[in-house]
Order: sequence, then C-alpha cells, then structure tokens
Amino acid sequence: MKRFLALVILCLSVPIAAQTGLPPAPYADRQLDDPGQEAAARDLMEELRCLKCQSQSIADSNAPMAGDMRSQVRERIAAGETPEAVRSWLIERYGNWVSYDPPIASAITWPLWIAPIILLFAALLLARGRFRKSKGSE
Amino acid sequence: MIAETGLIALWLAAALALLQFALGAIGLRAERDDYSAAIRPVAVAQGLFVSLSFLLLIWLFLRSDMSVRLVVMNSASVKPLLYKFAGTWGNHEGSMLLWVTVMGLAGAFIALFERSLKKRTLVATLAAQAFISLGFYAFLLVSSNPFERMFPVPADGQGLNPLLQDPGLAFHPPTLYFGYVGLSVAFSFAVGAMITRDVGAAFAKAMRPWVLGAWIFLTLGITAGSYWAYYELGWGGWWFWDPVENASLMPWLAATALLHSVTVLATRDGLRAWTLMLAVVAFSMSMIGTFLVRSGILTSVHAFAVDPERGSFILALLVIYIGGAMALFALRVGTVKEGSRFELISREGALVANNLLLSVILALVFIGTLYPLLVEAVTGEKLSVGPPYFNLATGPLALLLVAVMAAGPLLRWRRDNPKTLLNRISIPILITAAALFALALFTTGMSVLALLGLGLAAGVAVASFAPLWKRNLRRTPLHTYGMIVAHFGIAVALAGMACESSFTEEMLVAAKPGDEIVVNKWRLEFEAIEPVAGPNWTALEGRMTAQYGDGVLHEIKPQNRMFAAAQTQTSEAALLTRWNGQLYVVLGDGDSQGRWQVRVWWKPFVPLIWLGGILVALGGFLAMIGRLRRGYKQRKHMEFAEAML
Repeated sequence: MKRFLALVILCLSVPIAAQTGLPPAPYADRQLDDPGQEAAARDLMEELRCLKCQSQSIADSNAPMAGDMRSQVRERIAAGETPEAVRSWLIERYGNWVSYDPPIASAITWPLWIAPIILLFAALLLARGRFRKSKGSE
Repeated sequence: MIAETGLIALWLAAALALLQFALGAIGLRAERDDYSAAIRPVAVAQGLFVSLSFLLLIWLFLRSDMSVRLVVMNSASVKPLLYKFAGTWGNHEGSMLLWVTVMGLAGAFIALFERSLKKRTLVATLAAQAFISLGFYAFLLVSSNPFERMFPVPADGQGLNPLLQDPGLAFHPPTLYFGYVGLSVAFSFAVGAMITRDVGAAFAKAMRPWVLGAWIFLTLGITAGSYWAYYELGWGGWWFWDPVENASLMPWLAATALLHSVTVLATRDGLRAWTLMLAVVAFSMSMIGTFLVRSGILTSVHAFAVDPERGSFILALLVIYIGGAMALFALRVGTVKEGSRFELISREGALVANNLLLSVILALVFIGTLYPLLVEAVTGEKLSVGPPYFNLATGPLALLLVAVMAAGPLLRWRRDNPKTLLNRISIPILITAAALFALALFTTGMSVLALLGLGLAAGVAVASFAPLWKRNLRRTPLHTYGMIVAHFGIAVALAGMACESSFTEEMLVAAKPGDEIVVNKWRLEFEAIEPVAGPNWTALEGRMTAQYGDGVLHEIKPQNRMFAAAQTQTSEAALLTRWNGQLYVVLGDGDSQGRWQVRVWWKPFVPLIWLGGILVALGGFLAMIGRLRRGYKQRKHMEFAEAML
C-alpha cells in the first residue's frame, strides 16, 4: 500500500518537478554586474568540471547541468561567498571529481604536489655527477 | 575484391616484416653477410605492400563501399570528398593502418638511403623497426581488421563525427602519427646501436634527421590540434591540459629533449647514455600517447574505440616494447661510456639543463595525467587534475627553461666564463626588466606567471637573434638560422599565451536582431538570423557586422550547425583577426522571446600562440635542410677524396 501511495505521489509530482525545471538557471549565461565578482566567478568556473561532459570545465560546456552550476557559482559569489567556499561546497556535494585543482591537504592528492620538488631534487642530483670540476680560474 | 586485395597486401607486409626481423636477428648472430644484405630489399618490399594496403583502404572510402564495415561506421555517401578521404584515418583501424604504413615507408626509406651508419648497426636498426611493426600488424590482423565486410550491406553509412569534419582535423592525426613514427625510428636506431655497441657521433648524425623530422611533425600536430580545439569546439580556449592533449605533448617534450641531447652527441660525442635513454623515453611516450587515446581509457572526443580488448592489446605491446628496450638499456648502459666531459658553464651545461628541465616537466605532465587513473583503479575514488595543477607545477619550470634557452646558444662548448655570458646577455636582461616594469605599471590583474612570461618573452625574442651578433650573415650555417627561428618562435608563442590569459575580455548576452554588443573597442551589430544549408548539414546563421573603433565594417556569420547523419549540433564560431588580436563570436541557442545567446571574446594577440608554433616548426625545417645539405656535401667530398686516392 505504501508503495502504491509512493507511486501515486511520484506520478503526481512529475509535472511539478518538470515545472521547477522549466525556468532556466538565471545566471547560466548572464554575467554578474560587478566585473570583479564576474572575474572571480569566471576563474572558478574554469576550474570546475562539467560532470556530464568529457573533460570540459563548466565555463566551456553547453550542457544544461553545467549551466545550472554556472548559475549557482555566480549567485553564490554575488551573495558574497569566497570562491574557495563555493568550491568546498561543490566538492562536498560532488567529491574531488568536480574540481580541477587537486587539494594539497588531502590523503589522496598530496603526492601530486610533492612530485615537483622531489623530481627537481632528483634532477639536480643527476646533474651533479655530469660536470667536470672547474680547474680554477685561468 | 578491393577489400580482399587490401587484406592480402596487409598479410604479405606482415610476413615480410617477420622475414625482415628474422634476417636481421640471424644475420647479426651468425655473422652472415648474405642475410644482412637481403634485409634492405625486404624492408623496401614491406613498405610497398603496406602502402598498397593503405591506398586500397583510401580507395574504399572514396568509393563509399558500404559493404565494408569500417566505411559504414565512419563514412556516408553524402559527404565532401575531403572528409571521405580523411575518414580513412579518422577511426581506430584506419589510424592504426596509417601508423604501420608510415612505419613501413620509413623502414624502406632507411633501407634505400641511409649510408653513414655502420652496416651492422643498420641491420640491427631495420630488425628493430620490423619487430615494432610486427606488433602493429598483429594488432590489425587479429583484433582490428580494417577490411572486414558487412552483411547485409546497409543503404548508407553512419557518417563521420561532425567535430572531425574540419580541414584542420583532417590532417591533424596524420601529422602526429608522422611524429610518433619518426620517434619509433629514432628508437630503432638506439636499439640498433645498443645491440652493436656503436654509440657515437656517427650514430647520432644518422639518427638526428629522424628526431628532427619527428619533432617538426609533432610541433605542427600540436599547434594544429590546439588551433582546432580553439575554433571548432567554440569555447575559446586553446589548451586545457586534457589527457588527450597531454598525450600529444609528452612525446613532444621528450623529442625536444632528445633533439638537444643528440646534438651534444653528434657535435661533442658527449651524453651518450643519456641520449639513448631519451630515445627510449620518447618512443615510450608516443606509445603511451597512442595507448591513452586509442584504448578509450580516457573517455573523450578522441577515444573512438571504447573497447577493452584493444586496450589490453596495445598495453601488452607497450609493456613488451618499453620493457624490452629498458632491459636492453640496463644491460648495455654499463658498456656505454658517457663520452667527453664538460663544465657547468658551457654549451653542454645549458643543454643538460634543458634536458633535465624538460624531463622534469615531462614527468609532471605524466604524473598529472595518469595519477587520477591510478587512484581510481586502486581506491575507486575519482579525482580531477587540470589546469590549476599543471600551470602551477610546470609553469615556473617552463619559464626557467625559456631563460636557459636564451642563454644556451651564447655559450661556448666545453667551457665558458660566466662574466662574458653576462656581458653577452645584458641587453635581453635589460629588455626583460623594462618590460616587467612597464607591465607592472600599466596593467592590472595579471597573474605572476603571465607577467613573468610576457617580460621574459620580450627579452628572449631579442636574445634569440644574439647568436648572429658580429657574424658573417651569409656564412652562418642554415641550421643556426633554424635554431634562431625556432627559439624566436618559442618567445612569440609565450607572448601569445601570456596575453591570452591576461587580457581576454568576454561578453555574454541574450541579443535580439537589431541589438548592439560592445566589447573593448569592438562594436557588433546583430542584424538577423537566417537558415542556411551545407552538403550534409543545416544551420542557423547569425548575420552580424563588427567594427573596431572607426575601422572597416566586417561581416561575420557565426553558425549553429545540425548534422543530419549523426544528429549532432556544433557551433561554428566566427573569427576576425586583426594585427593585435582576434574577435571570437559564438551563436548559442535561441529562447522563446526571439533572443539569441551570443558569446563574444576579444583576445588580444592570441594568434601569436600558433604563429609561434609554426615558427618553431619552420626553424626545425630550416635546420633539417641545412643538416641534410651539409651531410650530402661532406659525403660528396669524401667520395671525391676516395676516388682521387
């Protein structure tokens, strides 16, 4: 019975859900009036992955979901949130997958950030053996 | 019949490759000169048969023979001829056949024209080349037969991915493949030289044209790919550190390092082991690039084959080739002397710095590209590594590399004095300082990396011409001009990149016909929307005029295209190029009130990015001509001297 009720409710709710989906996200393709805020939003959007696409940022994607996310980002930035706060909010919802900027303080991604230092050190070590010692000044 | 003939030719070519490998292996081991002598004609025959096979596949595509599965899946009878032609390699099987064809032709070319290499090394090289080809033949014949028939014969084909129906992209994959194959030849040379323990200046001189050629093609391929992504995908970006882009960048980085170290080996007989190692790495990178793109492990525009069987096949080839080469390297590296030594401040020193920096950058791109795959395989967690990581991790190193690039050519071989270097490079340093000062004063909001990049580009552009200082311009060898043009090209591209990332202005509007859009000094008049039709698509076209300041009125027509065969929509951006930048206009979707989403960018100096890339390739081309001419002259001289004796 419960199941049946749930089904009925689900059926009834479809038109409403469809309606809430109807008005397009207001800031999907509309820039913020404040150029500083728009630039901040733009920079952040370029670092967020469009979850429905193949390797595109939400700034570059035509997918409806990317449009919704753009709108979310712009609205939150306009409301005074910092880009990092918006990013964390999205990571909380979608996981690290959504951000192209792997965090340094994470059990999984820290090796990425250590790599440049280790590699440079290894390169210097490798180079040291190659050179002949200078025979002093002439 | 054509398809069957093509398949037979492919089998014959594969058999010849097997013969070529066996002749070489036995000839070297048993010291049989007759076996070694037979390897050249076999290599030429292999090249001819595999080319025949490829030409027949092209013929099938041009005829739109819908009884062949590959044609059905990737072509349609109503399609411009160019894309029928390009469709031959715009798919998995065709591109693999193209690869092995170029490889076979390269082998034939070596067999016919290579004269300076020791005979045993040449035989070992051709055997190694045949061994690599064999893997690809097996791959084609076992799991990806391009000539497979289809029954019942369908009425028409399914068409080529509309994004790939673009003149730029028609020639982008073959360009990259030429580069990959060139690196495979360099690799075969390295293997040959390791087997016969013949690593020296003569070997380096024989290998260099192949490295240089591969590098020119890779440079052109990456430049074209970047420009294609920029104007065809309609998002105005030119590089996204996408795994597929990285797959083409990694071989280029390795080839760039190899090109510079092989010069040290050819000129000074130094860096022997290092050069061999780089040849192995460069080929490995092109194999890994092919694996990443072809296996479908990265699901992206380029992954035509989402098929695990093929992926594991390429992976197995990868392991055999790279593992084998590394093992050979490990076995033989002890017997390879590093060659002549040099001091830190010397031309060699700068080239070592170049090699190390390129290698570190390469390793970082490699890690950043593969780490997410590794994490996902081990923990199941998905993560993204993109521009913020790559820019920060490799950007500073790249700038350092560019600085070394400016100083290197001004240094003397073996040993130089730091003070005289500082003297020679004082003007470029002053120019960089002045540029940085001016930029800091007159611009706002530039990132540190872009600021340094633009400042450095100004100095390096001047410094790249410094090797001509006080030299007789007519007697300066052509390859020196090549180096100058290539280095100047790097500075030009760097300036373009810095400008694009700093000064781009964007405007998004929902506009009705009659509206005006203003970006920077551009004024756009949106006049009308009209339907238009092409050979295999229909489109809505925006009619607009654009005017820069009080300049000429330009007509621009951005389109929104629908491809009937594939049910896909693409946007054709309208581009207007001025000397100081590019206007980029994209027409988006319409809404119920008759407004259209229009996206406009003004990108100052952005074409410099690709102009720089072309200059770099042109420099490589000049160097190639110079080197080949000089080698030819030297050989003529020697033959003349021998004749006189």
